[in-house]
Amino acid sequence: MQIHKCGLDIIRLENVGVSRFGHDIIKDVNLTLKCGGITAVIGVNGAGKTTLIRTLLGDIKYKGKISFTDHNGRPSRDIKIGYVPQQLSFDKSTPTSVLDLLCAVKSKYPAFLGHRRRDKTAAMDLLNASGCAELAGRRIGELSGGELQRIMLAMALDPVPDLLILDEPVSSLDINAVQEFYTRVFDLRQSYHMAIIIVTHDFKLVSDYADNVVMIDGGRAVIGSPEDILMSADFKRVFGAAYFTGGAAH
Amino acid sequence: MTEFLSHIGLGFLSNGFMLNALLAVLMSSVLFGAIGTMAVDNRMAFFSDALGHSATTGIALGIMFGVENELISLIAFGVVMALIINKVRTSGTASTDTVISVFASASIAVGLMLLSKNQSAAQYSAYLVGDILSVTKSELIFLFVSTIVILVLWGVIYNRLLLVSINRTFASSRGIRTAVYENLFCAVIAVVVMLSIRWVGILLINSLLILPAAAARNVSRSVRQYHVLSVIIALVSSVAGLIMSWYMGVSSSASIVVALTVMFVLTFIFRKRSGRD
Repeated sequence: MQIHKCGLDIIRLENVGVSRFGHDIIKDVNLTLKCGGITAVIGVNGAGKTTLIRTLLGDIKYKGKISFTDHNGRPSRDIKIGYVPQQLSFDKSTPTSVLDLLCAVKSKYPAFLGHRRRDKTAAMDLLNASGCAELAGRRIGELSGGELQRIMLAMALDPVPDLLILDEPVSSLDINAVQEFYTRVFDLRQSYHMAIIIVTHDFKLVSDYADNVVMIDGGRAVIGSPEDILMSADFKRVFGAAYFTGGAAH
Repeated sequence: MTEFLSHIGLGFLSNGFMLNALLAVLMSSVLFGAIGTMAVDNRMAFFSDALGHSATTGIALGIMFGVENELISLIAFGVVMALIINKVRTSGTASTDTVISVFASASIAVGLMLLSKNQSAAQYSAYLVGDILSVTKSELIFLFVSTIVILVLWGVIYNRLLLVSINRTFASSRGIRTAVYENLFCAVIAVVVMLSIRWVGILLINSLLILPAAAARNVSRSVRQYHVLSVIIALVSSVAGLIMSWYMGVSSSASIVVALTVMFVLTFIFRKRSGRD
């Protein structure tokens, strides 16, 4: 039985650029993402990786064109994007509980009035499915990096997205948690056939799993297969020293 | 009636001005208590302080152009100011606090210049410390309607605001137009601040927004607890402050802020005791 097929075939960026205060952060990015494919985005800090992600999410103004096409080749506007942020910079002492967060995502019933039974049930189902039911009553500021990551992933996958964006998702996890996280993500791709973008510094992961690599360097994007990019002169120039001393790899 | 009220310790209510004051304080406590939770979550204490200061120019403009209803000119000015400050705040400029400070200083200075033209600005000092006995019946009605409208709006936008406050980009990924909600929230703060600035005073208005939520978050573990406690703390402190000011013959808004501070200290100690943090 087919559970779900990604509703999209292709996500295409044409000459996409973002500038701020007259300075180009990313420029002339041309990129095609296919459903079921894993695209790794690499680059040194400040290269424009996060800007590229925010552009895809429609969070910032950009020049150029981003289009989505469905399986029949028709343009589609209805794209569902799941996003797992790199880190949440919220105030750690906020009295928001995990249940508050999930209910706020799933329902419009104001969380400060409490939660309706069906919202709570839906939220608990989601937590159960990700094995984090015991976290429901905890304040989000008390969660460990791994716990928060699981909650964010659970929310990003509901509803099942056409495109899943993971922004340096494992930067705060220990090695076992990293394995567990990626195992889960790759299982998801098998079942749901979604397009996945991973922003990462983990080149082992890139060479093992990515179908495509986008290297952002000085606001420009170089695209290719993992072998091509990781062996390229550009890669050595950008990451050379840092990579071989282990500085950029987690 | 008077005797009955004084018998139960509410003798001050037999004064019509004080009754109006009490009603005004109760309504705005609910607003400040609720809206303050999000202002504190978003670390906007400085923002709302600047907004309060900008009221000086709002008041001056109202008097200069003879706007019939002072409140309307104040609210309009406050909303415009809030949107401008928010634009600066979210533009990613490195020195956001400096820029906000420039706005606050400028709007006090411009306001004072306008107010002191051909006369002493001292006659407007009531705006600095507020005059709670000046609340009129028509203002009460306006406040009542505004309270209902703002609370309904709050219920409608709250969940999305919560997501924006936790992570802006995450909120975008859920299809929330973050800039719209941020601006809406800033406008709500501006309206709430301007509704009561005339009787709370420019100096203390920010405490009313920040302190109830700051005290409530010391002991809350969910957004419902946070809201309920913040509103209760605001209500209790306001009534206590008002009674204190009546019997001691001191400024009402100052007494309310002192009561709020006591609440903050108590909840803070409770948090330390219960081992949180």
